[in-house]
Amino acid sequence: MHFAWKEKLNLPGLATLAALLLLWEASTRLSPTLQFYFPPLSQILLSLFDLFLAREVVGHCLTTLGRFLGGYLLSAALAVSCGIALGYFRRTYNLCEVLIEFLRPMPSVAIIPVAILFLGIGDRMVVAVTVYACTWPILINTIDGVRNIDGTLIDTGRTFGLSRWTILRKIALPGASPYILTGLRISLPIGLILVTTSEMVVGGGGLGFFILDEERSLRTSNMYAGIILVALLGYLLNRLFLVFESKAMVWHRGMRAEGPV
Amino acid sequence: MKWNKESKLNGLIVLLAVIPIWELVSRGELVNPLFFPPMSKILRSFFLLVFSGDIPYQILLSLKRAAAGYLLAAIVFIPLGIAMGLFGWVHRLLEIIIEMARPIPPPVVVPVAMLFFGLGDEMKVFVIFFSCAWPILLNTFDGVRNIDRILINTARTFRVSRRGAILKVILPAASPQIMTGLRISLAVTLILVVISEMVGSTDGIGYFILDSQRRFKVDQMYAGMLSLAILGYTLNQLFLLFYSSVLAWHKGLISKQR
Amino acid sequence: MPLLKVEELSKSYRQLDGGLTLATREISIQVDKGEFVSLVGPSGCGKTTLLMCIAGLIPPSAGRVLIKGVEVNGPAPDLVLIFQEFNRSLFAWRSVLGNVLFGLEAKRKRSRDAEEKARHLIRLVGLEGFERHHPWELSGGMQQRVAIARALAYEPEILLMDEPFGSVDALTRLELEDTLLRLWQELGSTILFVTHDIEEAIYLSDKIYILSRRPSRVMHRIEVDLSRPRHQLATRADARFMKFRNEIYKQISNETGRDANVK
Repeated sequence: MHFAWKEKLNLPGLATLAALLLLWEASTRLSPTLQFYFPPLSQILLSLFDLFLAREVVGHCLTTLGRFLGGYLLSAALAVSCGIALGYFRRTYNLCEVLIEFLRPMPSVAIIPVAILFLGIGDRMVVAVTVYACTWPILINTIDGVRNIDGTLIDTGRTFGLSRWTILRKIALPGASPYILTGLRISLPIGLILVTTSEMVVGGGGLGFFILDEERSLRTSNMYAGIILVALLGYLLNRLFLVFESKAMVWHRGMRAEGPV
Repeated sequence: MKWNKESKLNGLIVLLAVIPIWELVSRGELVNPLFFPPMSKILRSFFLLVFSGDIPYQILLSLKRAAAGYLLAAIVFIPLGIAMGLFGWVHRLLEIIIEMARPIPPPVVVPVAMLFFGLGDEMKVFVIFFSCAWPILLNTFDGVRNIDRILINTARTFRVSRRGAILKVILPAASPQIMTGLRISLAVTLILVVISEMVGSTDGIGYFILDSQRRFKVDQMYAGMLSLAILGYTLNQLFLLFYSSVLAWHKGLISKQR
Repeated sequence: MPLLKVEELSKSYRQLDGGLTLATREISIQVDKGEFVSLVGPSGCGKTTLLMCIAGLIPPSAGRVLIKGVEVNGPAPDLVLIFQEFNRSLFAWRSVLGNVLFGLEAKRKRSRDAEEKARHLIRLVGLEGFERHHPWELSGGMQQRVAIARALAYEPEILLMDEPFGSVDALTRLELEDTLLRLWQELGSTILFVTHDIEEAIYLSDKIYILSRRPSRVMHRIEVDLSRPRHQLATRADARFMKFRNEIYKQISNETGRDANVK
């Protein structure tokens, strides 16, 4: 059993990491040119600490987080409902299909200038582009999920005399949930990408803006500190999602075990 | 997806119906025509810019950077992924570094790249290279790791050399998954070339779109977006062609399994 | 000197809870050049493990394998193992011809007439006309023939076959048995054949080793001196065929104490 514990710790990996960090620290302290591009880790961590004390960066973190959550959750609500509708009603989907296939290849980031035109450069614009970008994966996966539901499950519901709404709630939704969750999972990093990009392009607060701004002012320690922060944010959001996913699937599995009623 | 000729036609009609609707909405000033020019105007700008060479030129610039970053990433990360899949120690060595770098959203790499490379092509190539790393590396790694054990044992019983096994068995067996990584990276590449051009550039299609917006040449902006959509579609189709020729056997296998 | 000699081979596996499970116990087998030898035993008795050890793909826990007097250490030279799951062992990205050519490539025989040789083998196994097909386009029986052709392309001194006909239907199986015998005679190969089908073993072999249940050991050895060439109807109707069959069946069911799950 102690075998497994050793495996989990990945000593060689950690050792490499430690070695690299030491190398980083040593080499940058020794060479001033290198220090410019790649400040010593200790300096970056110090900057991180200072920034937190100064409270400035906390505001940026919250701005980015807020915009992300707003955009992501809104898009989830929108895309899941539209996806279910489109998955269910084949004819409507067939009409929209070509339109969707036409819009898909365009990178969502290209919508940023349009959004700026219509919504200016504030929170609304960032949330709007995030909604646009996150909708696609969730929508498409939801449609796929609904269409791939085993027909016999739905027929079972019908023979039990269940209403369309009940079938949707108790059979279709759980049946499609793996697909929906895939879409939600894919959209998570996309949302973060759009928020940070918008902030970089437009300015006006947020971690994206912060990182770019610090780069422009050549405060490289702060820039890297900002990157670490945004990576941490991404990591935390991922973890949160995994927790959500396991809870959702438990419900799904439990539902499956009980059978349609 | 069931390809129904009739529904495809209907869908096309819906798509084309957007044009007159847009036109009416704009001319009728239901939305501010400054932000929402009539489709006719947009299409006019589009064709003008395409035939004058302006848009194709910008697209070529973007394409140049995209291709360089994409190919570089493929050349570096496919072998690395294979090495990670074959040699456990390589995987364990890199695992932690990868897990730490993955959560970094690709756009925030742009300022770092600007620091190192300024605003030139190298900056964009670097950003694309970095961003394509994860899809290519992880999919290649997965593909190699998930190869059926029997295929490996077959190579062993035939006493194929290590190099022979990699070229003749491992690479072909993992190629469907590698293709998946390449396909995802294609989308990532396009997204990041646009981002890097919007944030730090003076040319390229991404810059063109943003710049048009800043100068309030709105119809040009939409024209740019249209050409970007066409570019994305074309690249996708080209990739499908590539996939069909290289992985024809896999296509057949999958359709047989259905 | 026998071509293949297995001396007191044992193989044990470490279980998840740390315990050891013995798959095969001190198995000793001898195969002379040109012989067709079968290993018969109930399902799950460790025959596959034994073959993998003989082929050198997994190391034995005890005992050794000698080929032409040389101890096997790692994938054995001049030997090819055809796996039970032959369909998964074929290369989906190569055509039938490509798969057979692989056997030649592995022997570094990619010469000018390699393709001719491959086509000849394909003809020999009865798949003429299917050279351009891909494995997944073929039936189970045909896939098995491709696996055999690929193995023979390597021109191994010993061919190991792990229940090759277990997953095809009864009629195809009879065809494949005859095809195999024909190949064996034409090419002068040496074959070690594993099956749980008693009658198949008797029909095909010169010699049969009867294996016990897990952990398997050699219970008995039978010399099958039925005349060759064998015929599906004539040989199986022979009185001695019945005698062998009953003897083997008795051995196995005695060992298990109840009706063994063999045919």
